[in-house]
Amino acid sequence: MNGFDFDVAHLFAGGLVLVSFMMLYQDRLYALLNIFALHAIVLALSVGWQAYIQDAPHLYITTGIAIIFKGIVIPVALHRIIQRLGIHREIETVVGIGPTMLLGIGLVTMSMVVMLRVTVEADRLAREDTAMALSVFLLGLLMMVTRRNAVSQVIGFLSLENGLILAATGAKGMPLVVEMSVAFSILVAFIVIGIFLFRIRERFDTVNLHALDRFRGDQQ
Amino acid sequence: MSAPAFDALGAILLIPISAAALLALLPGYRVTARLNVLATSLTLAASLSLFFLERPTPGQYLLVDDLNVVFLVLNTFVGFTTSVFSASYISHELEIGRLTPNYLRFYHAMYQILMFAMNLALAANNIGLMWVAIELATLTTVLMVGIYRTHEAIEAAWKYFILGSVGIAMALFGTILIYLAAQPVMGGGMDAMLWTMLMQRVARFDPALLNIAFVFLLLGYGTKVGLAPLHAWLPDAHAEGPTPISAVLSGLLLNVALYAILRFKMLLAANERAIAPGPLMVAMGLGSLLFAAFMLYRRRDIKRMFAYSSIEHMGIITFAFGMGGALANFAGLLHMTMHSLTKSAIFFTVGHIAQVKGTQKMADIRGLTETHPLLGWGLIVGVFAIAGMPPLGIFLSEFLVVSSTFARAPVLAIPLVFGLLVAFGALLMRVNSLAFGEPQGSTEPVKASIVPLYAHLALVLGAGLYLPPPLVAWFQHVAGQLG
Amino acid sequence: MAVIRDFAIQGGQMLLVLLLAPLLTGFVRKVKARLLRRQGPSVIQPYRDLARLLHKDVVLADNASWLFRVTPYLIFATTWVAAALVPTFATGLMFSWTADLIAIAALLAAVRFFLALAGMDVGTSFGGIGSSREVMIASLAEPAMLMIVFTLALVAKSTQLSTISTVMLSTQVGLRVSLGLVLVGLIIVAIAENARVPVDNPATHLELTMVHEAMILEYSGRHLAVIELAASLKLLLYVSLIACVFAPWGLAVAPVGPGGHLLGVATYLGKLAIGGFLLALFETMIAKMRVFRVPTFLGGALMLGLLGTLLLFMSRSL
Repeated sequence: MNGFDFDVAHLFAGGLVLVSFMMLYQDRLYALLNIFALHAIVLALSVGWQAYIQDAPHLYITTGIAIIFKGIVIPVALHRIIQRLGIHREIETVVGIGPTMLLGIGLVTMSMVVMLRVTVEADRLAREDTAMALSVFLLGLLMMVTRRNAVSQVIGFLSLENGLILAATGAKGMPLVVEMSVAFSILVAFIVIGIFLFRIRERFDTVNLHALDRFRGDQQ
Repeated sequence: MSAPAFDALGAILLIPISAAALLALLPGYRVTARLNVLATSLTLAASLSLFFLERPTPGQYLLVDDLNVVFLVLNTFVGFTTSVFSASYISHELEIGRLTPNYLRFYHAMYQILMFAMNLALAANNIGLMWVAIELATLTTVLMVGIYRTHEAIEAAWKYFILGSVGIAMALFGTILIYLAAQPVMGGGMDAMLWTMLMQRVARFDPALLNIAFVFLLLGYGTKVGLAPLHAWLPDAHAEGPTPISAVLSGLLLNVALYAILRFKMLLAANERAIAPGPLMVAMGLGSLLFAAFMLYRRRDIKRMFAYSSIEHMGIITFAFGMGGALANFAGLLHMTMHSLTKSAIFFTVGHIAQVKGTQKMADIRGLTETHPLLGWGLIVGVFAIAGMPPLGIFLSEFLVVSSTFARAPVLAIPLVFGLLVAFGALLMRVNSLAFGEPQGSTEPVKASIVPLYAHLALVLGAGLYLPPPLVAWFQHVAGQLG
Repeated sequence: MAVIRDFAIQGGQMLLVLLLAPLLTGFVRKVKARLLRRQGPSVIQPYRDLARLLHKDVVLADNASWLFRVTPYLIFATTWVAAALVPTFATGLMFSWTADLIAIAALLAAVRFFLALAGMDVGTSFGGIGSSREVMIASLAEPAMLMIVFTLALVAKSTQLSTISTVMLSTQVGLRVSLGLVLVGLIIVAIAENARVPVDNPATHLELTMVHEAMILEYSGRHLAVIELAASLKLLLYVSLIACVFAPWGLAVAPVGPGGHLLGVATYLGKLAIGGFLLALFETMIAKMRVFRVPTFLGGALMLGLLGTLLLFMSRSL
């Protein structure tokens, strides 16, 4: 594949990692939702570009899902949920933002070193995409671990899933990518809407997970 | 290509899904409970027919081979007996108002979808399809764990969701890496996702990539198996969900996840340059065993205790597969089967006990053999079975594991036996206080059917005494392939 | 003959930056005023301010040491040298072999060091506040700057500014994510170093918000004039730096006649105007940050630099 195609793919993949860092930086919930919408759009651009250069039209469906479902529907839905539940809108972190970002850089470095070493035989684009995808995955995991608010944990999980879709589309010719992304989206939709809206709403005033800790059954 | 066998496979998948659609629409408890039982019995019949019909050639999506045919039958059998148990159990839950009629339709529909998903995962030839099926199974169980809508249930469901989803995501990454490893050798496309095709060419894949892929797959599917330290969701999910779901979770879903790991282990075993996944599995298995064995002592909730027992047994099985060699692999496969039957039997018993006593706290349950003799003695036999007493089935598999460990790595046998003994002690201590002593709590008669419980225990006892030769042959064949 | 001509061009650059610096500051103030719908002071007002200050007496505190008196000249000289080294209208000038990015960063660090000391010299509390805040900002801005230098050096295989500009002009450099990240990082560092909104407000004398102004609060007369000129030179330096690395079109590359140089000067003036306008626009759009948020802001620049380096390493090893 020629240089320009690769450069643009590199641009989008790098942009995805950058937006993951931007999500780690946020300390307000609405801003986080907006940045997540941006994350979904960058993913859609990346997948769309892959569909174009790999000549794989079924990936356009994944692009559509990314834009519509993750870029629009989920941020809007979470926005409404936050408003109706009156959730505390500042994000409390377990460690400060500074150490979190440093940890994030460490994770990105590690994932690049590991993936580049391991995928020596694969083609350039796949190698780069899996390295970036693992970085986005680990950054999403970091976000889930260092946040106390349930909404930001869900956002972390969604960004982690975006990384996986990046990896799946980077692997040339992988079948069932569309099915897998649909399956993941269904999982998230059910969980977010089902558990969140109808169940937690009736029980909690805050979605701060320390409140949930009171009901940990571990001591039984 | 044998048409009748394909029809049987298709039936195993189509019956649950159409039943789910029907059950989502029909109101009323009696009709739906009976329809549930009918659907699972038909599925069982279809899977039993797989024993007799000629095996179909593996297709783009499904396959039947020595490994999954036993698990398919086991899956559908336990699904059937659980639906019988659930039919009578749920009526009581409806009476006391723990479960509302709206959620009843939801419950039955989800149950059938869960059966469908597990059968699909077992019968899948396509690693992507297997992943999708396991993900669907996770989804349904998460929704069902939270069905009682108490604070604890929601917390359990949330924890399960978070941990399960992260595990599923890791497993997906591992699957993608396997495809990446296959791509240079096999070209892209569907062939590189088919397990049978992969097995033929795996010797030429890049070993480093295979290793990393397996690590992700082990961590990802291992979360669903409940290996320590990824087990945190398991006790809560078992304790807070309805008992039939705990039975299915422990007896079936853990097995399906372990089956997925086994498929990939077989792939790695066929590539000599890939590092042996053994040590990692041994470490995780032994860790789970020891951790769970000690945790058994301080539990106060009966379901939680048996959940930790599930973790312990999954640890033993993983340890056996990690040890490798024909004998240990055979023992692992046998243990998977026996544990599935025994654990679901125990959860049936526990469900009965919780219903008659109205509590899950062990301090409030005493003297079962006096007030409810069938239940009390059933519990004793069940706990003996799960603790590994002869001549019940689990003793056989545990004995084989221990002896193969002594033969291959005697040092590891010490912590293994130590863990087994610790768990043994804890369980017997508990059952002593539960079954004997002064009766406590209410003495209502048992409303639910006690037949499934005894059916399972009878099977376990029978297996301990005599294993049918075709079963032995299949397991031996698979054990050889597992490396 | 060639030596004299090169000397003349280098001297011309030195003079040019000295003369243009107050003009840039005046231009930025005018644009800000206009954006706020005020008339604003004339664009040449900074020159008038400097002249006025030069005529005034110096008021020194009793306990001011020699450091206090020497520092203004020291920082003026150092900043002037650094500003004169950055290629403005031409690359490959006589002293361009000294125009190393790390050297320039070191010169600016020396400036900051002496300014911080002078702020604490007289012993007033405002000076102490300014110095401590300045050093806190520097402790994050310096590593960020270094990361940016690394990334640029990796791309151009040299830390010399002339070489970097020439490489950026050529077509070897494709569309690069790392360069985008580095640009944003450099802008953040430039804002922090020049005491601009959102890090510091150059027009305020409120205790809560001063950083740079607090350090120079005690200065008056010709000392203050020299320090103000140095601050303007620093702003010019950063704008020229960003322009010569990221917008190098129009730079006269070595063997070129007076026409090329004139073209270079014209494009340089244009770049200054655009840079000044964008700075004024940015300052008007955004509010000043609370002081304890500044480390996070600069940490962001550091992360951008690190990420740029990482991504560059990765695409190199593919």
